[in-house]
Amino acid sequence: MPTRRRALLILAALAGLSQLSIVLALMVGSIAIGPLDVLATLLDGNGGVAGEVVRSLRLPRALTGFACGGLLALAGALLQVLLRNPLADPYVLGISGGAGIGALLAIVLGLGVAGVNGLAFAGALGAMLLVFGLAHGEGGWTHSRLLLTGVIVAAGCGAVVTLMLAMAPDDRLRGMLFWLMGDLSQTGDPQLVLILLATVLLVSLPFARELNLLARGADVAQALGVAVRPLRRGVYLVASLATAAAVTHAGAIGFIGLIVPHLVRLATGNDQRLLLPASVLAGGSLLVIADTLARTILAPQQLPVGVLTALIGVPVFLFLLTRGAAGRG
Amino acid sequence: MDHPQPVLFARGLRVGIAGRTFCRDLALSVRPGESLAILGRNGAGKSTLLSVLAGLRAPDAGEVCLAGSSYAQLGARRSARIRGWLPQSRSEAFSSTVLETALIGRHPHLDRWDWESDADARKARQALAAVGLAELAQRDVQTLSGGERQRLAIATLLTQAPQLYLLDEPLAHLDLNHQIATLELFAALNRDQQMASVMVLHEPGLAARFCSRALLLFDDGTTLQGSSDEVISSDSLSRLYGYPLREVGVGELRWFMPA
Repeated sequence: MPTRRRALLILAALAGLSQLSIVLALMVGSIAIGPLDVLATLLDGNGGVAGEVVRSLRLPRALTGFACGGLLALAGALLQVLLRNPLADPYVLGISGGAGIGALLAIVLGLGVAGVNGLAFAGALGAMLLVFGLAHGEGGWTHSRLLLTGVIVAAGCGAVVTLMLAMAPDDRLRGMLFWLMGDLSQTGDPQLVLILLATVLLVSLPFARELNLLARGADVAQALGVAVRPLRRGVYLVASLATAAAVTHAGAIGFIGLIVPHLVRLATGNDQRLLLPASVLAGGSLLVIADTLARTILAPQQLPVGVLTALIGVPVFLFLLTRGAAGRG
Repeated sequence: MDHPQPVLFARGLRVGIAGRTFCRDLALSVRPGESLAILGRNGAGKSTLLSVLAGLRAPDAGEVCLAGSSYAQLGARRSARIRGWLPQSRSEAFSSTVLETALIGRHPHLDRWDWESDADARKARQALAAVGLAELAQRDVQTLSGGERQRLAIATLLTQAPQLYLLDEPLAHLDLNHQIATLELFAALNRDQQMASVMVLHEPGLAARFCSRALLLFDDGTTLQGSSDEVISSDSLSRLYGYPLREVGVGELRWFMPA
């Protein structure tokens, strides 16, 4: 268990990493801009074409990426505790599937960015309420029942998404696939997601020690003084809203929500008081770096960032898994 | 000695699960310094009754009071400063060290923004030493044996330092020396610090030796309650377990052998 002092030091280091990742994202691209020029354009607000590129293109995209990565990592960490399953991720309960149906419908109908975002959010909320209602049903609300319900709803949403892809006109397919893989190229104003990220983190932090107990089992937590029922509902709600917001803005970006809490847990232990804010910072940084790579590797062509997070995430995860098994063996 | 307020009090209690009723109109009171053994066959409802007494399950009827107030009146946090509960089994989904696990017992004593202090860590280390796990403080709980996990759960309970210990099979997975050490540990808490305990046991001889009172849960939903000397006898135990048992005296101790 880290001391408070050590936790603050780790968070300060991660905050430094976050700033570095964002500065990097502002420097790199079709026009390379030096770090001093980046700072200058941010501070005094001019700088010609370069300043325009940094302020109106790269900065909103980097900040949206950071917020979405942070939201996904936080949602993943919360759901891993709620489901007491280290393999849970923000999409396991079908929220991304619901959002996917909404977003693809909007693309097929030819709606603009606002329409896609609106329907994606509506779909995410629909899936969230459906899983919540079905898992509640009658009697208890066990984590295995919630997990099963979520997995089944996610599978159902996946089938509908596939059906829509099969029936969609060819000229819409590319947009639909990019959305499904996760893509930051259509981002607008980052203010809303950043505020959401801060809110979600501030709401979660006071309950971090209670989450530590919930991770050890509902009965153990209840016996040690945690009001388990309202806590679980709150965690479900907060994690779902965080996921819905991230997916609405950036599509179903994979692996951030699964990998980042794991990485942080391996490095610092499973104390949610440190894990939650550290996951936000690390998840945000990772997504900003991945997105910078996505738009520069094959420039001028842009890759969907979800492909890169998966390409980075899969080997890292397999490495951790084998390392964990060896350490225990 | 006068009669202090019972730390645990229940009346009119009906407890059941999945359509089966384990006990009806059960009244129960445990005072500081007392220890109550719950005996019964597999599936007789011992653990279910204990989790009702711990406030983790609602009874089908009746009420449970902790130091004079209901669990609803107290809330989860204040309840946790009065009663501790040892689960029958526990699984750890995530790795953590033995010391961290013992430290979760301090949760009900800490304010929302508090971090565990050095004093809390000292309490946890003392508790680990009391169950013989001091050497393993930095080990990952996922690498512990069944008996070590059980002793760690007991240490977590000691770190919690409640006034009432509700123990669901405290001797599970323990070898003989640790069984006796565990029972002596709780007997010392009863005697020296006036703590109360209720424990589910499978060995009537140990129940007779270490618990002042006993509650027998029969398969037909009836119960028998009283001082261990009276209630724990070869007659009642033969009826309880559905198998003839014979009492054997060794010095002051009474043991019950399958006849």
